[in-house]
Amino acid sequence: MDWLTTVDHKKIGILYLIAGGFFFLVGGLEALLIRIQLWKPLNDFVSADTYNELITMHGTTMIFLAAMPMLFALMNAVVPLQIGARDVAFPFVNALGFWTFFFGAVLLNVSWFTSTGAPAAGWTAYAPLSGPAFSTGHGMDYYVLGLQIAGIGTLIGGINFLVTIINMRAPGMTFMRMPMFTWASFITSALILFAFPALAVGLAALMFDRIFDANFFDPNNGGNAVLWEHIFWIFGHPEVYILILPAFGVISEVISTFSRKRLFGYSSMVFATILIGFLGFMVWAHHMFTTGLGPVANALFSIATMLIAVPTGIKIFNWIFTMWGGSIKFTSANLYAVGFIPTFVMGGVTGVMLAAAPADFQYHDTYFVVAHFHYVIVGGLILGIFSGLHYWWPKMFGRILNETLGKWTFWIFYIGFHLTFFIQHFLGLLGMPRRIWTYLDGLGFNEMNLISTIGAIMMGIGTIMFILNVVITNAKPQNAADDPWEDGRTLEWTIPSPPPEYNFKQTPLVRGYDAYWKEKMDGHKGMTPAEPIGSIHMPSPSILPFTMSLGLFITGFGLMYSRDWTFITEHIGFYVAGLGLLITFGSMFLRSVYDDHGFHIEPEELEDKGVKA
Amino acid sequence: MMNRWQFLKRLTPLLALMVLVLSACGRADLSALNPQGPVAQEQFGLMKLAFSIMIGVVVIVFALCLFVIVRFRRRKGDKSIPKQVEGSHKLEIIWTVIPIILLIILGVPTVQSVFNLSKDYSNDPDAVKVIVTSHQYWWEFEYPELGIKTAQELVIPKGKIITIEAKTADVLHSFWVPSLAGKIDTNPGGSTNKMFFSAPKEGVYLGKCAELCGPSHGLMDFKVKSVDDASFDRWAAALQEPVAMPSDPVVAAAFESKCLVCHAVGDKGGPLYPNLTGIGSRDSVGGILINTDDPKYSNEASTYENLHRWIENPDDIKPGNLMGKIDLTQQELDGIAKYLSELTLDYEK
Ligand code: HEM
Ligand SMILES: [Cu+2]
Repeated sequence: MDWLTTVDHKKIGILYLIAGGFFFLVGGLEALLIRIQLWKPLNDFVSADTYNELITMHGTTMIFLAAMPMLFALMNAVVPLQIGARDVAFPFVNALGFWTFFFGAVLLNVSWFTSTGAPAAGWTAYAPLSGPAFSTGHGMDYYVLGLQIAGIGTLIGGINFLVTIINMRAPGMTFMRMPMFTWASFITSALILFAFPALAVGLAALMFDRIFDANFFDPNNGGNAVLWEHIFWIFGHPEVYILILPAFGVISEVISTFSRKRLFGYSSMVFATILIGFLGFMVWAHHMFTTGLGPVANALFSIATMLIAVPTGIKIFNWIFTMWGGSIKFTSANLYAVGFIPTFVMGGVTGVMLAAAPADFQYHDTYFVVAHFHYVIVGGLILGIFSGLHYWWPKMFGRILNETLGKWTFWIFYIGFHLTFFIQHFLGLLGMPRRIWTYLDGLGFNEMNLISTIGAIMMGIGTIMFILNVVITNAKPQNAADDPWEDGRTLEWTIPSPPPEYNFKQTPLVRGYDAYWKEKMDGHKGMTPAEPIGSIHMPSPSILPFTMSLGLFITGFGLMYSRDWTFITEHIGFYVAGLGLLITFGSMFLRSVYDDHGFHIEPEELEDKGVKA
Repeated sequence: MMNRWQFLKRLTPLLALMVLVLSACGRADLSALNPQGPVAQEQFGLMKLAFSIMIGVVVIVFALCLFVIVRFRRRKGDKSIPKQVEGSHKLEIIWTVIPIILLIILGVPTVQSVFNLSKDYSNDPDAVKVIVTSHQYWWEFEYPELGIKTAQELVIPKGKIITIEAKTADVLHSFWVPSLAGKIDTNPGGSTNKMFFSAPKEGVYLGKCAELCGPSHGLMDFKVKSVDDASFDRWAAALQEPVAMPSDPVVAAAFESKCLVCHAVGDKGGPLYPNLTGIGSRDSVGGILINTDDPKYSNEASTYENLHRWIENPDDIKPGNLMGKIDLTQQELDGIAKYLSELTLDYEK
């Protein structure tokens, strides 16, 4: 119950982690089934329909239900601590963000258990295949409504972080003193603010097409199928940067800590991050070189895309030079971070290759692309998340993950990863299209696909080992030091692990970049407080975020089945949808009329170590 | 010394593999790395340029990485604190400028090539016009100037420029013949996309659909067959000849009532689904059952057997295709398969 009503950012971070981790396993299982199907030619381990459901759900789940929430987990757990804040700007909204994500995710996955099955038009859901004429059944309805609801959560989460970072920084924490992870979270949140509305509009239009017979994307009735591609990628390309920027942030923190060195070229890192975020919006059409936009558009988007390599390159070299001259310690967290660099570089260079439009006419929609984006999102983002989890685990849970097991996990996962995806570049170049259920014998694809499948199994084993590590660690006493890595540089390492509910007993005074490190170097034990000890105002827990999201979930069901349930009575689906909205708006109403002042933690209580989160 | 050795050890297999693959690997009729026509050749040129630049980048970054992690690893008990370097403007400018230069080297030919490959030959009297229409899960090829239509196998005169107008009858698909040219989407609605290519050498090239279009997307293969001019003319002429019905009246009746409602042969039948004229001389049935008298793989068999397999249960071969199982007696099935396997166009030399 405590967990259903919490508005504490640290607990919400943990909720995000558990839910995101769960969906990572689901998406991973789907990936394994895909790879088992492809391990030999003309296999029929799963049917063609099931296969398309698997790739669609794998992609959708990994991006929206695993990667994003795990990033939100880290952001929730770390950002307020790094800026010396007691909480996020809108704790209630934060909880609401989690619950809408969660119910959206559940709604999407319920589709597996329905008679018409999961969505099967690819995670990009190109019209008209995703429209009512070609995707009959409810699969795509689940996609549209599930993502719409989950997207609300992401959007409000992003806004919350923007406001938090702008408004809640401790005294002295200027923008140019903010830790890199906070910077990355900030830019990511800004990207969310601009990108997710595009998705919401697209999904709403597709929903109208599907449920109310509108014709936004139906060319036979004056709609435009290419319009969907534009809307999708205007959201979709920034989305990729939304995913990778926080990973960049993690890597910056981890590498700097375990090299015992200040981040090299901090200001150029900030600048590069902003530039990547900006360019991320300018290049969506590089997903559409073969759509036939014409040579002018193709040339412009080619060049714009290549430009992203410049700020990215700046980042890579800055990381390497952060290590240069440092004293590098290879903890598990740092193994992931260091392993990230070459892997991400490879994903990056294939990205530049893809940007050359005429060559992309060959690469597009082949396994070359599958290899490229997995180098970026698994080799970049997932390694980044693993790195961050190992790094901040003690802060989040008060326990250090087992290092030996952690290193074994890294090597198995890492080798498995390269085995799976390196070879796929060549599969693509040799003529294997992506999203294919099976391939003919004798085309020369067999051995490479087999190797790829073996690699995927290794990655699966690695993931299980990580879970094992979590379980083992969880059984140990909660005894991590405040600064367990001893070389902590930022504010989160100045407070207990895990932090008390109110984070900072006294808001710290920040005197420079790498605030904690600076105090340590100046011979101080901790931060200088910026305020006297006083009573701390805390928000009260509330069940309303949960009920609001539950209402949306019910609405989703009602809308989807509005046509099927007519045998009960006409329009019953719309009544159900209405009921759901009633619950949501009712909860909102309650929230507005009921004056909740929260509560205070008094100075006496602060002395008592019992108030842990 | 140590690190240089490790570096080489790690890189050698990688480079070896690259060289192996780049030196024209993969099937000549399928691989983008083994181009068989000028368009694919030009695309491959750009790929090679990009490859070389990028391998250079990767090698340098890997070398730096390795050097750093070997040289600066923390020794046991080392409590010293390294100098806290802020950054270096000189270095940062270097790694801003060098990538920009590399991108110019790549960007200029890219833009050139974009415009090169978007040339429109559709009014060129020497070019052969083809309207490609994609369907779930088959391809229709219409030659408007010759007034003929065929399916699954695009026959072209070698060396001539072929201009494609790409359309779809249902969802998005993408027309792709890797060894001859990159892909172009077939968009629903009024817009048609144009592209051109040519195949200087005679031969059969494998084409694929590259855009997810439903359960049998991965099986939506076709062939491009490049033949000499005379053969092409014979082929085009033969396609317009009337075609005799099966000699056995029972088979003929079944064929007419159950197949020709959708398909056409010669001047008979409907235009809805793939035109079957000359199907006996095509390389495959349904694009994926390869016709050969010397089958090696389970997707290969004689033309007759392939047709038999297909007609018996198309859904088994291409799930979700719109032909569906046709109700035929054994005799009708055998007879139709035999008839179609003998429905050849004798046009090559
Ligand atoms: C366990 C490791 C993984 C394996 C073995 C794996 C494997 C695959 C395979 C085989 C495909 C299908 C490619 C095709 O047929 O076109 C695929 C698609 C995809 N994967 Fe992964 N994947 C893994 C992890 C991830 C992760 C972590 C993400 C994102 C965070 C991700 C994102 C995607 C996306 C977006 C697609 C495209 C789906 C579509 O075409 O609609 N994958 N993956
Ligand atoms: Cu297709």
